[in-house]
Amino acid sequence: MSTTETPASGVGPVEGAPVYTVDNPAPLIEAPRKRTKKTPKSTRGNFEMAAWLFMRLSGIVLVVLVLGHLLIQLFLDGGVSKIGFAFVAGRWASPFWQVWDLVMLWLAMLHGSNGLRTIINDYAERPASRMWLKALLYTATVFTILLGTLVIFTFDPNIR
Amino acid sequence: MATPVLDKADAAGQPEPGFADSPYITVTFRVRRFNPEVSAEATWEDFQLEIDPKERVLDGLHKIKWDLDGTLTFRRSCAHGICGSDAMRINGRNRLACKTLIKDINPEKPITVEPIKGLTVLKDLVVDMEPFFQAYRDVMPFLVTKETNEPTRERLQSVEDRARFDDTTKCILCAACTSSCPVFWNDGQYFGPAAIVNAHRFIFDSRDEAGEQRLEILNDRDGVWRCRTTFNCTDACPRGIEVTKAIQEVKRALITRRY
Repeated sequence: MSTTETPASGVGPVEGAPVYTVDNPAPLIEAPRKRTKKTPKSTRGNFEMAAWLFMRLSGIVLVVLVLGHLLIQLFLDGGVSKIGFAFVAGRWASPFWQVWDLVMLWLAMLHGSNGLRTIINDYAERPASRMWLKALLYTATVFTILLGTLVIFTFDPNIR
Repeated sequence: MATPVLDKADAAGQPEPGFADSPYITVTFRVRRFNPEVSAEATWEDFQLEIDPKERVLDGLHKIKWDLDGTLTFRRSCAHGICGSDAMRINGRNRLACKTLIKDINPEKPITVEPIKGLTVLKDLVVDMEPFFQAYRDVMPFLVTKETNEPTRERLQSVEDRARFDDTTKCILCAACTSSCPVFWNDGQYFGPAAIVNAHRFIFDSRDEAGEQRLEILNDRDGVWRCRTTFNCTDACPRGIEVTKAIQEVKRALITRRY
């Protein structure tokens, strides 16, 4: 291209006249990730490490618990058609199945909630939406865990 | 005697007999342009170049800047893959423009060139590297020893101890890894792979005595535990550093040194 004079602003041959000049400078672009006074303080403590370890360890236990649960409920001894009030009542008469279901409930809920917590942290961009999504998540988690635990411990097979 | 010359002139368009194996091919560069003084929007602009496919993408950008459009803005210093200035997103992948040959990235299709993601674009291919270097500074990338006196002799180290962190000494701070990380794209508070690699370089150095302090920094909410092991950083590293492996080694050190 020929080397004709370019505009003094150094903007070059672009369509339209330059909007900004030396006297009317372009607005400063604020870096969205700049560390300012509002930037969250660095955290001390091992919560993130504990959460990370919990995901791995609970995952291993859940593989056994959930696959065993699915096998018993859906495949062995007549399959899904056998499930009814009597079947559940019979199983929960034994402390072994009560503990199995209790551990499965707690681990699955905490594992899933922690996974969703990391997803919210990764994908929610605004602090407000992050806060509300996590509040909803924690409420649902606590409600489900407490309700499930209550049912397992107060289950009455003679209910009418 | 003059006729052959005329024949050659007539055959313009086809390759000349003596130059049938001309190395030059026509390549389209599709460059992401942004100039905040003209428009708030970034746009794609195409440039047609005659270029030897054995040349690099950086040579193409030079041709554009020097011959076609002087306003094209990009960073480059050494142009030989050492200074780490010209990391950019070429055909959707983070690479160094000075280490990417045209022939290796399918010159039949337009070659897209964009600024690296996750950092604020200042103009065209130039981004604000400050958040990246802030994370780098936060991990204390320098030797720390407890002795207060000036050393009177060299700090010696065995070959094995040196080999322990050899991989992470290769980092040139080009930001190709950090700006390929999806966690960093969405939350710039995450330290990012490059900072962790440079912490790894000192954590596993037998001469350094602040490893525990660096591990504590990376144990932060925005530290190594945010890594999702997507391996984007390992794929992006122009120096072939196994970045994800280094991050995992820091995680393992955090767990094994505590329990």
